[in-house]
Amino acid sequence: MENPYLPYPVRIDDIVVETEDRNLKTFKFVFLNEGDEEKFAYHAGQFAELSIPGRGEIPIGIASSPVEKGFVMFTVNKAGVVTTHLHKMKVGDIMGVRGPLGNWFPWDMLEGKNVLLVGGGFAFTTLRSSIVYMLDPANRPKFDKISVVYGARTPGMLLYKGELIEWEKRDDIDVHITVDATDDPEWKYNVGFVPPITEQKAPQGDGDTYAIVCGPPIMIKFTQPVLEKLGYTNDHIIMSLENRMKCGIGMCGRCNIGQELVCKDGPVFTLDQINQTPREY
Amino acid sequence: MKIVAIDKKNWEKGLDKLRGAYRLIGPVKEDRYHYFRELGKGQMPDFSCLNTRLSAKETIYPQSEDMFEYNLDKSQEDHHLLKEVEKDDSPQAVLGIRPCDAKAVELVKLNFDTEEYKDPYWLRSWEATTFVGLACDAPCSTCFCTTAGCGPYHEEGLDVLLADDGDRYLAKALTDKGEKFLAAGGWSEEVDGEERFAAGKAAAEEKIVSTVVTENLRGADTLALHGDDALWEDVSFSCINCGTCTFVCPTCWCFDIQDEVHGTQGRRQRNWDSCMFPIFTVHTTGHNPRGTKLQRVRQRFMHKLKYFVDKYDAGIMCVGCGRCVQQCPVNIDIRRVCELMNSRGAKDACAVEG
Repeated sequence: MENPYLPYPVRIDDIVVETEDRNLKTFKFVFLNEGDEEKFAYHAGQFAELSIPGRGEIPIGIASSPVEKGFVMFTVNKAGVVTTHLHKMKVGDIMGVRGPLGNWFPWDMLEGKNVLLVGGGFAFTTLRSSIVYMLDPANRPKFDKISVVYGARTPGMLLYKGELIEWEKRDDIDVHITVDATDDPEWKYNVGFVPPITEQKAPQGDGDTYAIVCGPPIMIKFTQPVLEKLGYTNDHIIMSLENRMKCGIGMCGRCNIGQELVCKDGPVFTLDQINQTPREY
Repeated sequence: MKIVAIDKKNWEKGLDKLRGAYRLIGPVKEDRYHYFRELGKGQMPDFSCLNTRLSAKETIYPQSEDMFEYNLDKSQEDHHLLKEVEKDDSPQAVLGIRPCDAKAVELVKLNFDTEEYKDPYWLRSWEATTFVGLACDAPCSTCFCTTAGCGPYHEEGLDVLLADDGDRYLAKALTDKGEKFLAAGGWSEEVDGEERFAAGKAAAEEKIVSTVVTENLRGADTLALHGDDALWEDVSFSCINCGTCTFVCPTCWCFDIQDEVHGTQGRRQRNWDSCMFPIFTVHTTGHNPRGTKLQRVRQRFMHKLKYFVDKYDAGIMCVGCGRCVQQCPVNIDIRRVCELMNSRGAKDACAVEG
């Protein structure tokens, strides 16, 4: 019997400080044992438990993409016991990664469709995974128009800035970067909250267009009416939920929203599905 | 099904024989109450026990158990690597488990034995266990098993069902494990006891007068039931969120995972947890989707009587053992809550039909 609680041992290979407040770091892990990377085959939108012996585990969205090989990558906000400890760890340290867990964005269904990604703050990790996946030369033809609206409080709080700037220049993806405010005279992108920028820049919703929305609750709250106005129906709005988790495999009982378990039946749900649950998240 | 008669004079001798092959566990009186305990040499299970204070779930799902061990000493080669903890999964027999607790094991199995994931700790322990049930000829006043998908002679989840027949027990072997157990005890006198079981069952069921009504739960509208603030305000008003109901419940399975470290040695453990506690669901940001006691009490009853019903189509997540009814310090009664929810469900059904 395989033990689903046993993480794959990994070594921290690289650490990048992502944001000016130094509260977000991206960790690149390599698997210690041969064959584990193949066993960890994942889809964009899934998460994993980062497992630190002596501290515990924390569920984090996978920021690397299935098309990137040789490592897995997570961007982690320093917040609780495990993440604070992780932020103190160094390249070369040994820990564990358990997963991949949960469902993923519905890539089969999205084939041949327009895809709009709306992200805010540090909830851009699985969206980064998705963009890298879709832009892979083998995958790009599978999708029609790809649009992105991504915002943070300030330019210094944007994740993956180098990649964002590169994507912004491309003509096979329509990227709109925005910040709440900036006094940087060099800033050449949008200024404004994510919802109004979405209203101005995002494509109209129709049967062939899906929106994937990841962000803080306040952003989601104000983006929802905007998408509705643009013509997106609730079954074409896809979201990724978060709840406190322990097991990640649907057994420990705490992350449920009604009969759905966010860790196993989710974290990805359509707004339509979410509206049929008691929304305890 | 094979029925074997066990002369009570041979009971102790048989159990002594079994001790070589099984770790024996049975009800033992400690202070005022009975608990399931490993039986020492010469120690007999106390079958005068109506039911144990805690359910039998702990016999395969301990309140606290080690999952992994590790060392944090960087001079060691295997530092920071989780290693499985060796467990004694040799055969054990739980004697005198009541049919309600055995049925509960079957319900809990739905959670731990899924298509996608198998919980190795629970399943290995379950596989190693033979459940030797004792039929209830004298049920408690709080028992409502007959309307909770169970009963005093219910066989689900059991390997052997014993019925007290004066100076002997009649033992019905229900599984291969059960047959093996009886053979290992040296009990082989086959008898025609079906009538005794049928009569005993009818008489015992008659004695259970306490009931729950559940027929409208499935048809109830989840969101309407969840959103009925007046109902939940009423149900949760006196709750002090002590968690007793969840700890004594044979069907409550929720757990927490924690790392415990002493020096450079550490263990990852899992411990029973409870939906009654605010920390069960609190996010690191401080946001809590079930931050109020109303939300937590609602979660407990909605899980048992609605979400579970809808998810598995295996009835309610309650076997009618009555422990929570007996032990709740503020007299919250699942039978009443079930009735309120069921009548709310009846309204929903009318609304659909009308």
